[in-house]
Amino acid sequence: MTITTSRVNPSAGTPNAGSGRPRRTRLLLNRTAFLAAVVVVLFAVSVLLGSYTVTIPDFFRILIAHLTGGEKIPGASFIVMENKLPRAVIGTMIGAAFGLAGALFQTMLRNPLASPDVIGISYGASAAAVTAIVVFGASGAAVSAAALGGALGVAAIIYAISSGGTLRGTGRGDAAGNRLILAGVGIAAALHAVVNFLMTRADIRTAADALVWLNGSLNSASWDRAGVLALALAVLLPAVVALAGPLRILELGPDAAAGLGIRVGATRLALVVTAVALAAVATAAAGPVSFVAFLAGPIARRFTGKASLPASALVGAVIVLAADYVAANLAPLLLDGTVLPVGVITGALGAPFLLWLLVTANRKDA
Amino acid sequence: MAVLNAKDLTLKYDQRCVVDGLSAEIPEGKVTMIVGANACGKSTLLRGLSRLLKPAAGAVTLDGKDIHSLPARELARTLGLLPQHPSAPDGITVRDLVGRGRYPHQGFFRSWSERDETAVQRALEATETLALAERNVDELSGGQRQRVWIAMALAQETDVLLLDEPTTYLDLAHQVEVLDLVTDLNRQRGTTVAIVLHDLNLAARYADTVIAMKDGAVVAVGSPLEVVTEGLVRSVFGLESRVIPDPVSGTPLIIPIGRHHVPANELELVS
Repeated sequence: MTITTSRVNPSAGTPNAGSGRPRRTRLLLNRTAFLAAVVVVLFAVSVLLGSYTVTIPDFFRILIAHLTGGEKIPGASFIVMENKLPRAVIGTMIGAAFGLAGALFQTMLRNPLASPDVIGISYGASAAAVTAIVVFGASGAAVSAAALGGALGVAAIIYAISSGGTLRGTGRGDAAGNRLILAGVGIAAALHAVVNFLMTRADIRTAADALVWLNGSLNSASWDRAGVLALALAVLLPAVVALAGPLRILELGPDAAAGLGIRVGATRLALVVTAVALAAVATAAAGPVSFVAFLAGPIARRFTGKASLPASALVGAVIVLAADYVAANLAPLLLDGTVLPVGVITGALGAPFLLWLLVTANRKDA
Repeated sequence: MAVLNAKDLTLKYDQRCVVDGLSAEIPEGKVTMIVGANACGKSTLLRGLSRLLKPAAGAVTLDGKDIHSLPARELARTLGLLPQHPSAPDGITVRDLVGRGRYPHQGFFRSWSERDETAVQRALEATETLALAERNVDELSGGQRQRVWIAMALAQETDVLLLDEPTTYLDLAHQVEVLDLVTDLNRQRGTTVAIVLHDLNLAARYADTVIAMKDGAVVAVGSPLEVVTEGLVRSVFGLESRVIPDPVSGTPLIIPIGRHHVPANELELVS
């Protein structure tokens, strides 16, 4: 056996023992760096190209003029600074937030179905936002606030239902995670009915507003909204970094994690709160852009070969930027000028991916 | 070294009482096997001993201190646990998985230290998984995978190690291999080991002390020679048997007597 030879050989022991690890880590880092580069390229494409094209020198002239209060280029300055740039910034941030939220849930519950858009948290946001639009005639920031409240409220309900003694302790194995998913699916169905009810009752113009919001759209992107989102992420991202270590241990299952000194209940609660908050602020900013949270983690995993939070965040940003570019610039060419909400594209991508994931996952587990 | 003690321990799932007022000691530096019929509470006892289950009454102490009063990580530096169904994340390598056993030894702003590297290396060598170190855990056979999980528990470098049915789903050769490995650990490092084991014959061979349980209570404690008798097998498992000296190790060997494949005179003897 080869084991005995490596056992005798003392040089295998110390310095170059991890010969394989750096290689794998490097692969992960390379792939992550590649994803970051894709985000930068897509960001640039969505700002510079599309229905209104800006050259790179013009872009910097506009940016510098805007920052220093210098001379503006008529038309171009407004389109870039008030439309394209905030749109791309918000797209990147919500993509990353959805991607992280999904990956946190999926990794914690070790189930690719456990993303906030599948387990009803996005529906909580939708139901609250549609209520605000249809019943109270709200718009803008009030809708965002309602969405945020709805997402957090529903998350609390799902957590309370599923925790019935087991999520907080370590209970028996994975029951807690499955209960959370099932509770979420149930709540999602109920809230779906609420949304449909409100939509049928609303007059046609209000319903159209609500529908755009429901599909997730970057059309109303603004610097105010980008600022609020950036502030929220500035709080949440350090929390993700702090939780990443315990999450790696929690991946081994609740029992093994408890044996390694993780306080399973408290860590799970912190993860749920962080992930829900990420999904909620992103939803408040742009509506429930469907399937981004669900898709980002598994795609990142297939691409880098390993569950990786940074890669999931980057994949989320890639999906949103690419889908928004298609929705805002390519779709009008095919559909006689109709600009689609970004969520239509991500939804169209998500459904086949879900099926593909189910088919391949079953094959692997069998 | 550390002594693990259960005193008047009552453990419940929801309202169902599984272990009731149990007292037991896991003797220091020994291999202890916890045996009993299905659903007798032996795995539950192990969960109670390892803080996975908070006692409804009574206490588990480690060197006299209640394990529920210790910080989780501090406890995990002394008391290790290999649960029955740990799960390996997709795409994780053996070395990475074993490295996660170092978690309780690392600080908040931790960096991977020389000590961590040494502990992982020792664990890989001890479990003869060094050659597999860069392989994916999903690619391994059941026996190899179990060795890797034990390596992770070894990397944790605890004085006490609890294992919940570590030989389940393994073929006979791998069962023996795992128990040999655990015995090595006990003999070489002096680790206190407690194992919940289904196979009474292997338990009798590998145990220094046997704790036999029935209906959530301890019915017998002692060395296998004292404890494992025909009477114990009858009372704990409700099974008639002959107990003979194991021709290999001299420890008790249980020969079960069922309704078939038994000569007539043996049946008469039983009845």
